[in-house]
Amino acid sequence: MSGPWCELKNAQAVPLAEVPDLPIDALRQAVITAVAAGARLGCWCGDGAGRIVAVMVDDAGGRLLVARAVVGDSYPALTPDCPQAHLFERELAEQYGVVPLGHPWLKPVRFHHRSGAGPDAWGREAGSAIEPGVCDMFRVEGDEVHEVAVGPVHAGVIEPGHFRFQCHGEHVFHLEINLGYQHRGIEQAAIGGPHPRTLYQLEAAAGDTSIGHAWAHCLVLEALGGGTPAPGAQGLRALMLELERLANHTGDLGALAGDVGFLPTASFNGRIRGDWLNMSAVVCGSRLGRGMLCPGGVRFGVDRARADDLLRRLEAAQRDVTGAVELLLGAPSVQARFEHVGVVRAEDAAAAGLVGLARRACGTAVDARRNHAVGAYRGISLLPAVATEGDVNARAQVRWLELRESMRLAEWLVSSHVDEPLRTAIPPPRPDHLAISLIEGWRGPVLHLGLTGADGRLSRYKVVDPSFHNWFGLALALRDEQISDFPLCNKSFNLSYCGVDL
Amino acid sequence: MIGPLIERLKQGHHTNRFPAVVPPLPDRLRGRPTVDAAKCPPGCRVCAEACSMQAIDLATAGPRIDLGKCIFCPDCEAACPAKAIHFGPEYRLATRQRADLSVEEGTIYALGKRLEGELLRLYGRSLKLRVVSAGGCNGCEVDVNVLGTLAWDLGRFGINYVASPRHADGMLLCGPVSRNMELAVQKTWAAIPDPKVCIAVGACAISGGPFAGNPQQLGGASAVVPVDLFIPGCPPHPLTILDGLLRLVGRISEAKA
Repeated sequence: MSGPWCELKNAQAVPLAEVPDLPIDALRQAVITAVAAGARLGCWCGDGAGRIVAVMVDDAGGRLLVARAVVGDSYPALTPDCPQAHLFERELAEQYGVVPLGHPWLKPVRFHHRSGAGPDAWGREAGSAIEPGVCDMFRVEGDEVHEVAVGPVHAGVIEPGHFRFQCHGEHVFHLEINLGYQHRGIEQAAIGGPHPRTLYQLEAAAGDTSIGHAWAHCLVLEALGGGTPAPGAQGLRALMLELERLANHTGDLGALAGDVGFLPTASFNGRIRGDWLNMSAVVCGSRLGRGMLCPGGVRFGVDRARADDLLRRLEAAQRDVTGAVELLLGAPSVQARFEHVGVVRAEDAAAAGLVGLARRACGTAVDARRNHAVGAYRGISLLPAVATEGDVNARAQVRWLELRESMRLAEWLVSSHVDEPLRTAIPPPRPDHLAISLIEGWRGPVLHLGLTGADGRLSRYKVVDPSFHNWFGLALALRDEQISDFPLCNKSFNLSYCGVDL
Repeated sequence: MIGPLIERLKQGHHTNRFPAVVPPLPDRLRGRPTVDAAKCPPGCRVCAEACSMQAIDLATAGPRIDLGKCIFCPDCEAACPAKAIHFGPEYRLATRQRADLSVEEGTIYALGKRLEGELLRLYGRSLKLRVVSAGGCNGCEVDVNVLGTLAWDLGRFGINYVASPRHADGMLLCGPVSRNMELAVQKTWAAIPDPKVCIAVGACAISGGPFAGNPQQLGGASAVVPVDLFIPGCPPHPLTILDGLLRLVGRISEAKA
């Protein structure tokens, strides 16, 4: 699979001159060939200077492959030959006005104007108002067919998005998901940076994945600058990432319990989730780990007394969450509601390019902590949690397996931690370089891509939250389901809106 | 049947007793800062320059921190050569006026007073809120949501989140109000029957937070609706949010501030 690519390891930078510049047809073909050989499309985006940058993630080989191509106003779309490119190509059209000809469903992603001058992919004038969510929607025709529209504002304390169901009674033929309501301009704001705010905007790219995004960002800046983080920071970064995973998986299992009316675990886990968050606050003062990571290391250390406090808390939370989740997953009434609901077939998951937890629930044993290990994960043996059925139950089981593994890791990370230097100075980014990082957040791999210009400032910064790959998986899971199971299916993915909208 | 009961006994009782008893807070919690301007070297501007949110300006009395812009990061405290700024564990932060979100040497922080007159009569014992995330990162949202868990049990104060603006007495808003949510926020607000209150939670909803200045957002709730309560933080600790809500409905008296 080497072909015309430049090979990188996770968190490695390369001079732009070493990134192959292919004709667009050759880049298309290279992506198709790499996907056929087992890689997935990690990123397909404009660089803001007339090129497309493609990143392939080769999990088996532990490599990232990158190449680029000059592109004009249009090119033959990749999506018909490589479905997992579908949202990337919509994004490219929206961000830079580059039209992928033959894309089967070319709609906006975030409902904003393109950057730079020139025609918009949909012929919208530069100064015209863009109404979010106003676009073509797939529609099933028939006498008894009806549409159900939900959102953007939902009934609970959750983020906005619009869901459109094509139904026949309870039966869902199709679900279409329109996001973009949370768009805050994170990628655009990073250009010319890193600015003082860039790290904080990325910590808030998806607030429930603050550590995942902050770490991915720090890796990009460290790689671009040619520095390495302080050794004492490595274990603490991993500890914070595991605490983030523990909190979210615990919360999600509780929410799944709530959606099938199994109230004991719904109640217990809502509280235990807070116990994990409080451990993050013990380390750095913030329950979400805000302010913990910085390029070069971390800002708070853990001395012996604090480590002992954390171990006591870990032990208590471990006991509580084990009791609560075993109660949930051992209940026949819960099994009956979880099994065979919201199924994504393994071949569909592969074709759609699902990642992370949702992909592992379809039988693919991939985890960036193992396949693309950085920092403390280099010294840790870790088995990806896998289930095979691709249903709500599989996604719940994967969470539980990962919870147990994370508790083991967290305990090890706390016990083995030594208070070494926490932070080193990182040189400023080198000019005309490219760096890619991949961090396995709790939903899946968080990918950041940074390019610098001749002035050593960021000329392009790309963020790919795992949700970007996985929202289409939720749409697939709803096919031929009952609409009343939407909350359950949705919660089993629990994807980020703001992580996509940026 | 016996399994859940046994587990229930094992899990125990965890609802905290706030406001009678303040639950333990992490020692590193960055709550309300204090400024000791006497320590400031003459002409020093280090804190203001370290603040990437431009939340600090140097008044005659020394550094003044705008908690509406502050994301409670460690930058200014770490940068200060004289240790004049310290973010302590003081969790009480909510105010009724935007201008009150200000910390400087020699001034008393004006915590939010309760609603008055008809609003207090209507909502003092029952306040139903519609929560809208408008460009929020799901950070404030999760800590708003957590008040509904049994550790906090917001319902015991008569405060609940409701599933329709038609059932609501007010709106709780998170996020800087992205342009793409402006219309939805306006429609939600219009759909809530009068009289109503608006609560802005988090730096984004107060000032745009880390996104202030990005053209894709409006710089907070006040750009679209009148705000009755400001709860700063990034995100605020759940206790800070709860304290603010209870002050608004008069369940915590000003005397305790």
